[in-house]
Amino acid sequence: MDKATSSAEILRSQIAATEEELGRLKEQLAAVEAKEAEDLNRLSMQEKPGLVTQGNWPLELEEYKRYGRQMIVPNVGIQGQLRLKAASLLIVGAGGLGCPAAAYIAGAGVGTIGIVDGDIVETSNLHRQILHSTAKVGMKKVESAIEFLASLNPNVRFIAHNEHLSPQNAKEIVENYDVVLDCTDHPTSRYLISDICVLLHKPLISASALRTDGQLIVLNSPPLPHGDPSGGPCYRCVFPKPPPAESVVSCGDGGILGPVVGIMGVLQALEAIKLIAAGKLTAREGEKAGEASMLLFSANSNPPFRSVRLRARRQKCFACSKEGGLTLESLSSGSLDYVLFCGVTTPVKILEPQERIEAREYERVLNGGKGKDHLLVDVREKVQFDICSIEGSVNVPFSTLQGNRALAADEKPLWIPQTLPTNAPIYLVCRLGNDSQIVVRKLKEIGLDKDGRYIGDIKDGLKEWKKQVDSSWPEY
Amino acid sequence: MASEETIPIIVEFTGGLEMLFSGERKHRLSVPAKDSKGDAVTVGWLVDYLCDEAMKDNRKEMFVLDGHVRPGILVLINDADWELEGEASYALQPNDNILFVSTLHGG
Repeated sequence: MDKATSSAEILRSQIAATEEELGRLKEQLAAVEAKEAEDLNRLSMQEKPGLVTQGNWPLELEEYKRYGRQMIVPNVGIQGQLRLKAASLLIVGAGGLGCPAAAYIAGAGVGTIGIVDGDIVETSNLHRQILHSTAKVGMKKVESAIEFLASLNPNVRFIAHNEHLSPQNAKEIVENYDVVLDCTDHPTSRYLISDICVLLHKPLISASALRTDGQLIVLNSPPLPHGDPSGGPCYRCVFPKPPPAESVVSCGDGGILGPVVGIMGVLQALEAIKLIAAGKLTAREGEKAGEASMLLFSANSNPPFRSVRLRARRQKCFACSKEGGLTLESLSSGSLDYVLFCGVTTPVKILEPQERIEAREYERVLNGGKGKDHLLVDVREKVQFDICSIEGSVNVPFSTLQGNRALAADEKPLWIPQTLPTNAPIYLVCRLGNDSQIVVRKLKEIGLDKDGRYIGDIKDGLKEWKKQVDSSWPEY
Repeated sequence: MASEETIPIIVEFTGGLEMLFSGERKHRLSVPAKDSKGDAVTVGWLVDYLCDEAMKDNRKEMFVLDGHVRPGILVLINDADWELEGEASYALQPNDNILFVSTLHGG
């Protein structure tokens, strides 16, 4: 027992001594470590010959990491990256083209990006305008876009132009940039942007899209002064006359697939990066325009991409030739009326007031017991009719009424039911009340009203049906 | 005296123009080699022919306006702007590809 107690005592005192020793060693280590850290610190503060400090690299260290994957592509390299950083680029339109274009251009590190748009974000934008989001509906598009882009790449300087480009502000806005992207959606802005780019010697990358098709052209590249045939053609060289206003279809009317316009916007970004990285923002001594081309994209064609050769600068082009007559003064003063030049479609107004009924009046026809004795013809395209239609209506798409034999005089169209009395009224309806008026006129021309039958349309179409009759109508 | 000889060509429509031509983008046509006067047929002749024979739609003005292809339509002969090839006077050759592109404006 005593022997055991004394060996336990010995062990306890040995442990205590060892712990004391361990504590001393830890203190020593801490002191050594602290000194090492101090020395290291002092070392790194010194300008040591043979080591290059951060300030001697042309980019920030973070930028080497951020852009490394594109910098090691031979077409870019450090030189290209520095050109991107030094460049300023203007995006006109923060919509279906402008959003994807801006994302890639900001991601690539273009130093200054300006965005022009006067619109606000709407729910119907969100399937394709990828910088905006559900929470940003109602916000200015330019602000929404910059918020997204700044979080993507804080190195870029963003400039907001919360207004539409106009002849009055075009010079002031565009002159501060090296290259312009036309991401707008109407001929008036396309001619204006091309003209100001010619006047200010800026290359222009123009794209457009509708339904499943897209088009891309690089214009005014190299951006030589007007009258120099070595410069690239402008929009007016390719399209000297604007299309008739009634042939211009917007995405709102014709529809657009998100990825289709997205592809075109991404291609614009690619062309911009190629142009900037290659140092082609301004013409080099003796440089001549290569062959101008237009890239066509059709989602449903095989192959989907097709490049076609375009003409060079037009000798008598209004904008880029010597004798053209376009000047900064004439543009800025507003003496060139782009809206007049391109024409405007005024709402169709061909029917007399008695040939039109209000949506609420039609609702009374429908539910007033006379429902059987009339026909409601919906002339929207089938794809729209399938989304929603008024009960009992028949669909006769406007386009099918354009055929040579679609409406022949004194011939009853097949879509009129056999059981419909010859004097029963026919009402026409469409989305907004334009096409329906044209069809009313046509039906009367072929004599469908000869038995005293009333033929008229629902004024302002299904838009009013929602307002006046059925608030649950799914407006698309 | 019109000859019976015909030449095969491909006519294509894009940018929405196909809607005027039964919704078909690609049309393989066999056109007479000579017009009624015995001259070689040209692209100008083809435009009239398409308007009169191939177009099922009444809206001719969406294709031809004041006797010319309407503004906003590019005509491409074998993938080159027809202005590089002599425009309407270009004489059609066997297997030519004539593409009519309506410019798009959406974005």
